[in-house]
Amino acid sequence: MTISIDPQDSNTKSLQPKGWIRYFSFSLDHKVIGIQYLVCGFLFYLIGGTLASAIRIELASPMSDFMPRDVYNQVLTLHGTIMIFLWIVPVVNGAFGNYLIPFYVGARDMAFPRLNAVAFWLIPPSGLMLVASYFVEGAAQAGWTAYPPLSITTPQSGQIIWIMSVLLLGGSSIFGGINFIATIIKLRRPGLKLMQLPMYCWAMLGTSLLVVLSTPVLAGTLILLSFDIVAHTGFFNPVLGGNVVVYQHLFWFYSHPAVYIMVLPAFGLVSEILPVHSRKPLFGYTTMVFSIMGIVVLGLVVWAHHMFTSGTPPWMRLFFTIATAFIAVPTGIKFFNWVATLWGGKISINSAMLFSCGFIINFVFGGITGVALAQVPFDIHVHDTYFVVAHFHYIVYGGTVFIIFSSIYHWFPKVTGKLMSEKLGILHFAITFIGFNLCFAPQHWLGLNGMPRRVAEYDPQFQFVNQISSLGALLMAISTIPFLVNIFLSIKNGKDSGDNPWNALTPEWLTSSPPPVENWEGEAPLVEEPYGYGKPISQEN
Amino acid sequence: MLNKNFYLILIISAVFGISFWIGFNVNLLPAKASINAPIYDELFKILFIIGLIIFIGMTIAVIYSLFKFRKRKDQYGDGIALEGNLTLEIVWTIIPSIIVLIIGLYSYNIYDRMGGMKELNHSHEMMTSNTEKIWAGISQASNNEVASNNLSVEVSAMQFAFLFNYPKGEFISGELHVPVDRKVSMKMESKDVIHAFWVPEFRIKQDIIPGQPTILNFTPTKVGKYPIICAELCGPYHGGMRASIIVEEESDYKDWFNKNTKTEVSL
Repeated sequence: MTISIDPQDSNTKSLQPKGWIRYFSFSLDHKVIGIQYLVCGFLFYLIGGTLASAIRIELASPMSDFMPRDVYNQVLTLHGTIMIFLWIVPVVNGAFGNYLIPFYVGARDMAFPRLNAVAFWLIPPSGLMLVASYFVEGAAQAGWTAYPPLSITTPQSGQIIWIMSVLLLGGSSIFGGINFIATIIKLRRPGLKLMQLPMYCWAMLGTSLLVVLSTPVLAGTLILLSFDIVAHTGFFNPVLGGNVVVYQHLFWFYSHPAVYIMVLPAFGLVSEILPVHSRKPLFGYTTMVFSIMGIVVLGLVVWAHHMFTSGTPPWMRLFFTIATAFIAVPTGIKFFNWVATLWGGKISINSAMLFSCGFIINFVFGGITGVALAQVPFDIHVHDTYFVVAHFHYIVYGGTVFIIFSSIYHWFPKVTGKLMSEKLGILHFAITFIGFNLCFAPQHWLGLNGMPRRVAEYDPQFQFVNQISSLGALLMAISTIPFLVNIFLSIKNGKDSGDNPWNALTPEWLTSSPPPVENWEGEAPLVEEPYGYGKPISQEN
Repeated sequence: MLNKNFYLILIISAVFGISFWIGFNVNLLPAKASINAPIYDELFKILFIIGLIIFIGMTIAVIYSLFKFRKRKDQYGDGIALEGNLTLEIVWTIIPSIIVLIIGLYSYNIYDRMGGMKELNHSHEMMTSNTEKIWAGISQASNNEVASNNLSVEVSAMQFAFLFNYPKGEFISGELHVPVDRKVSMKMESKDVIHAFWVPEFRIKQDIIPGQPTILNFTPTKVGKYPIICAELCGPYHGGMRASIIVEEESDYKDWFNKNTKTEVSL
């Protein structure tokens, strides 16, 4: 006799705790798990942001005077690892993916709710373990890339804890990826065709393919690295005949697609936000789908552009230059299509819209420096300098983090049934946008003129520009205050938003806000035109 | 209609004009002190101008849309139900593809002029007598111009210093002295972790990887003292891992060389 518990069955879900306590439980509800991901990720964002502030304080003066040098290296390692593995990846994938994907495919939950809960609950302990490793002989200090032989020769306990933590987070990511693929392919409500799905589903499908294909490579690499550290094997240790460049190939085989794991979901989210607030259909749906898949395919074959100074053979440099530069084509299509979506609309200029437009401007800038960096001769000068630091912060902060904020403003009424304050939201946008550009734009110049990355000290001639950058960082730190005030005030006293404050057509808005446990009171609606603005279907609303 | 096109052409010309003006008049790069540097700066200028045109154009398009198509107070309802435009989408697929391809081929031409492609033809010579594999950075010497006139230096990188061994003089120096306008051929080795040899004024950088001796060639063109910077995280004192390269006239270099050779600081 077997006892089967069907997760899609309402009885199972009604056994779950109610009220705020459910966010601290092993909940199987995709909406609860989504919020768990978001809040947990945001707490780690605050930790990572504090570390970033420590870096900028250290760099406000040319000497290494704020913290010991080895602590500085721990801080920059933890900053990178936390921001990537505990904030951006879990939030753009886990948080929004879990909350939205079941609505978008017309399901009552994810395909594997228990796996989903496990994937989330792997994150807090591995994150805490990573942060706590500071108190055990010091945290990892070889950078988030953990290149051997440095990662083999620095204090071992911190590095081993770092590896275990990243392995667990990678596992969480793979569980999530499998779950999204299964949900999007198999749980679509009858009658809903793939080409009718909201764009975020396509973005998550592409992202999840990358997660499932490339994350296991990182896991394998880190396991070999841990063997080198604890068992003195010689995979990557040159003293024992290992090859350090092999590590770099394996590492970047995951970590370049990781960039797309961080930005593709953001591309999906912005494709949901822009049509709603400009009251126009998403421009070029089909090309958007193909460009996502184009980025997925190209994203898997560009990793060696991180290694142009590592002694890679010339033919390999030629191939990776052309492949990398060509990613600009599908990415460019998406940006042109978003601008065309705005064109001729009736645009509500609100916080969600401003953050999305800020994203377009920042990301175009980061994309242009990206195409330049893909060129071997260009990269040779600026590789491992502040130019690269500036470039990838334009992509992941100016790009993805802007979209995370945009999405929070957009979906806050969905989750809480309350509106956020637009005044505080616009203030938040203004400080963030100015602070971000003040912090990172000058770093391009620093890199071109001779400041390498990951240094605690630098030439006095760079002091003024570094101080401008630190001032920008200060503004970015301040910008979280109006955001947090806005969140807490709106949860407490926010105006009632109604079920569909934006008059949106995507399926998550066609139920009550906040949604019932089963997502819809009756059957899930069939949404054939999620972007049918300006058409009769929209006028009915 | 004619009026509208007129403004569009005016804006596009302004974007191009501003981008070209900035590209030609704003210098973001340090001094040029090697044969590579002017070639690099040529590529930089082109990429800078193309980048500016795209960035300024896109920014204007976004801000204009926000302004022009903002919802007025008395307006309700939706924008036009425009779902796409095949011609436009083909245009903005093909034009970027062509630009990217041209940039790629052009940067390859630049890379070739820097000497990056030369080793392709001589890859079999990368094996030295004891079958130790030697890797090449950019500016690999071609077969014809080897040896005689080149200055050979052996570079050892370690936490947290560079040492320069002059085999002909049998001495080791903490500063790299080189004569101006003569090709320098360096064989670089690391004693511990990965380091990188970077001289911003020369626009060259090469990782120094343990277990993988690497050749890096360059020709300085301007007398002066320039920093050698380690660009790969190598431990707590990474930021302090610096050395200097002193480019001097042939006669000054000979004086320095003779002074050091006499003292015979050999290992």
